[in-house]
Amino acid sequence: MNFNEPHIDYAGISPIIALTVGICVVLLSAVFKPTKRWAPGLTTIVLGATAGLLIWQWDDPKTLITGALRLDDLAISISLIAILTAAFCVVLSLRERATEEAGSGEYHSLLLGSVLGMVLLAQATNLVTFFVALETLSIPLYILCATNLRREGSLESGLKYLIVGSIGSATLLYGMAFLYGGTGATNFAGIANGIARNGLDGDPLILIGIAMAAVGLAFKTSIAPFHQWTPDVYQGAPTPITAFMAVATKAAAFAVFLRFFDVALGSQSDSWQPALAALAAISIVVGNVGALGQDSLKRLLGYSGIAQAGYMLGGVVVLSASGTSSLVFYLAAYAFMNLSAFAVIVARERETIFGDDIRAVRGLGAERPLLAWPLTISMLALAGLPATAGFIGKLYLIEALVEGDYTWLAVFIAIGTMISLAYYLRVVAAMWMQPERETAPGATPVIAGASPEADPVDPEAGQRWYIVGPALLASAATVFFGVIPQPLVEFASHAGAALFG
Amino acid sequence: MSSSILWTPLAFGIVGLFLPKKAVGWWAVFGTLVTLGLAIAVAIGFDNGTSSLQYAVDEPWISGLGVDYSLGIDGLNLFLILLTAVLWVGGVTFAAFREQERAKSFYFLMLVAETATLGSFLAQDLLLFVLFFDLMLVPFYFLFGAWGHDRSAEGGKTASAATLQMIVYTLIGSLLMLVAAIATAVIAADGGHLTFSIAALQEQGLSHGSQQWIFWFFAAAFLVKMPAFMLHGWMPDAYRAAPLPALAVFSGVLAKVGAYGFLRVVLPLFPDATVEFQEVILLIALASILYGSVMAFTQTNVRLIAGYSSVAQLGFITAGIFALRADGSDGAILQMVNHGLVVAPLFVIVAILLERTGTEDIREMGGLALRAPVLAALFLIVALATLAMPGSANFIGEFYILNGLFQAKIVFAFVAISGVAMSAYYALRLYQQTMHNRAPEGLLSREIGLRDGLVLVPLVLCIIGLALYPQLILKRTDRTVEQTVAKVTGGDAPEAQLASKKP
Repeated sequence: MNFNEPHIDYAGISPIIALTVGICVVLLSAVFKPTKRWAPGLTTIVLGATAGLLIWQWDDPKTLITGALRLDDLAISISLIAILTAAFCVVLSLRERATEEAGSGEYHSLLLGSVLGMVLLAQATNLVTFFVALETLSIPLYILCATNLRREGSLESGLKYLIVGSIGSATLLYGMAFLYGGTGATNFAGIANGIARNGLDGDPLILIGIAMAAVGLAFKTSIAPFHQWTPDVYQGAPTPITAFMAVATKAAAFAVFLRFFDVALGSQSDSWQPALAALAAISIVVGNVGALGQDSLKRLLGYSGIAQAGYMLGGVVVLSASGTSSLVFYLAAYAFMNLSAFAVIVARERETIFGDDIRAVRGLGAERPLLAWPLTISMLALAGLPATAGFIGKLYLIEALVEGDYTWLAVFIAIGTMISLAYYLRVVAAMWMQPERETAPGATPVIAGASPEADPVDPEAGQRWYIVGPALLASAATVFFGVIPQPLVEFASHAGAALFG
Repeated sequence: MSSSILWTPLAFGIVGLFLPKKAVGWWAVFGTLVTLGLAIAVAIGFDNGTSSLQYAVDEPWISGLGVDYSLGIDGLNLFLILLTAVLWVGGVTFAAFREQERAKSFYFLMLVAETATLGSFLAQDLLLFVLFFDLMLVPFYFLFGAWGHDRSAEGGKTASAATLQMIVYTLIGSLLMLVAAIATAVIAADGGHLTFSIAALQEQGLSHGSQQWIFWFFAAAFLVKMPAFMLHGWMPDAYRAAPLPALAVFSGVLAKVGAYGFLRVVLPLFPDATVEFQEVILLIALASILYGSVMAFTQTNVRLIAGYSSVAQLGFITAGIFALRADGSDGAILQMVNHGLVVAPLFVIVAILLERTGTEDIREMGGLALRAPVLAALFLIVALATLAMPGSANFIGEFYILNGLFQAKIVFAFVAISGVAMSAYYALRLYQQTMHNRAPEGLLSREIGLRDGLVLVPLVLCIIGLALYPQLILKRTDRTVEQTVAKVTGGDAPEAQLASKKP
């Protein structure tokens, strides 16, 4: 009897193996007493090892597991962004109440589980792996949102995310079924062939499939009008998790967005490009207008994330190498910009009684310049001002959009950015331009879900290395890549070449 | 050389952050003086005979996106760079003589602002220009917002609200400009090699249809910056809020970046649209002259008188550029320098008046000349230069502008002339009300001290120097201006010959 042993590319799947083993190790480490406190350290090692294995595969594209996964530079660059964000999240979670309440081992292994989902999702080239990866990413996040057990807001956040996320997943899955029915294939190349063979004209099955898949993905990337969950979930979740969600989930979801639309449906771009462009425009307007009146910094960043997702969707719409590269560049820049902001919010949440309210950063410029500068740089960068990575990111995106004949969307980005100045600069003004108001002693802040008993104030939090360090690091990177963007541009252009090279 | 001029202020600013608080002011003064020295060295080595770029630097910056780090000096920007260097010395010295709150950040931001402003003058790459144009706003946002005056007690805006308004106004223009700049490069490249180099874009050229919309995106950015009539909404609040040393350089230089942008970017890159919309822009310019002058009559706050007079002056400069004749543009450049040299000492005087009288309202001032004849004399020179007294360089500048306008569009010239008459009224009114008349009770009238003299006298000497020898500027700008304008009119601009013969 002949048995054809399938070829297994262990090098290619080594990052996935490393993460899977890591999850088990971290979880088990919490069981035994002597290793109980090791979870953050072990998690960091696992993330570092995975990153190393991914970098080892750089510039060596390969197809894995009979075409279910594709490990190319797009997948690697997105995975690296996700891993970097997770590492920041681990550091920011030190001494966080949520980790203690949920159990450090569980918390960190769930985080790694989500990263595993992201790494898989970035490589997915098959509807099945696509969906499985998306769920691997999402389910740990539902739990992580609710890990701040004694906070009503956190539980609400977890539940809301679970329900809305499930609707998103269900819609996506339903759309996938239609696509399979219409083309008879589950892998992206097969779908592309199927569409090319039959043509799209008058095939409502495939069109419905595309539309539903787009909606499902829009849920995950928080693109308006499927964004309603974002501000609530962001506000309620423990802040390090919010940071992780805001950046890494977006990155991974955009990776599969690119692959699914540009590879599987690339030949039918006429039918979906205008729709996605419209979604991007709506998202830009809704996100920016929604952020205007927000007092909660996490909500503000949530709405700003919706708007930024709209900008980034432009990179998918244009269906070109420069579009993909600009999207990856923007995601990397977005990671740095957001992480420094969230690090400062973490510090102020622990330091003051105001939680993530904008009052928490009032007078920060005089009181804690080492926290005020990162938040200032982050806000200016998100607003796209020059000498920050945010400016170069916008430049890159707009260039791709104009080249792809979507100048009107570029103008939308410009208009959105103008609106956004009003709320980004409000934060900056609070830090530098208003004298710190007297707060009546013992006054309880009026913030939904906050209870001072559950969150004791740590007046030194703003000076601890594990908060100031990440904040400074991320903001230094934001400025560095704004002044010397060439390395990051190279990095991103590899990703673009992977899809269109 | 261009690079060292550009980065010197920033380098000094960064070092200043690590110095003791007492020393940082004088360190900043030293930094601006070094910059000025470099600028003067460049001006001395400048070759009048050529219209091409000198001291050019051209390195790829972001090669993937076609953006170059490209700087250069020619007749258009040489004197604006000098003006920037001179005014910053004045502004920073003035501040250094006084106690500043949070001194380190203050001087750091002032020096960052100088680098950004010099960058927008020096840039020869369209995107680099846009970048520096936007970057200029950031330090001024902090300077105005954090060191500004809260006017909410007088029914005005708080400093942060006023600056937010300014930022939103000006960034609306510059963000659209970013899109327009990218569109220019992409359309001009037409699938080929993408570049933002202004010289290369000029050769590639744009179709008439694209020029039409891109022109307005750029024009909007520049007109807001000036500010022109109808786009000046941010100006009164921002001027009232701004700290005076920062306002002196802001009003003296930043407004000119807008006018300079027309000469550097719009005329060479969008010649067809420029000709097509010449009259529209001229109308806006005339409206600015009339509106600015009339508002300057009626205001009683000294800052706003200066602010609205700037609107009028910038209207003149725009009109000169859009006469689309070499003499008009020559006059415009001369006038940009003149106006900068006039308005900056004006704000220094306002600051001195404020210290003496405790008010910025001219109705509550008067009689200062009695005890302070030197201050009054300096003020008189500034005021006479503002109203373009024959003999001042402003007269020659306005003469060139009007001459150009007269030959290009005679009707517009007649209206513009009325602006000259009105400027006499507001300048003299300002001088009279503050220096003459009866002194109100309790007014401190003292002579200016050495420290203010050290700031004011050199600036006034520059005014007098230019009045005696305006050819200093005209001779050097001539060639480049001639070439810039010739690109629009298509001919070799024979009237440019006229420019070099006149006084």
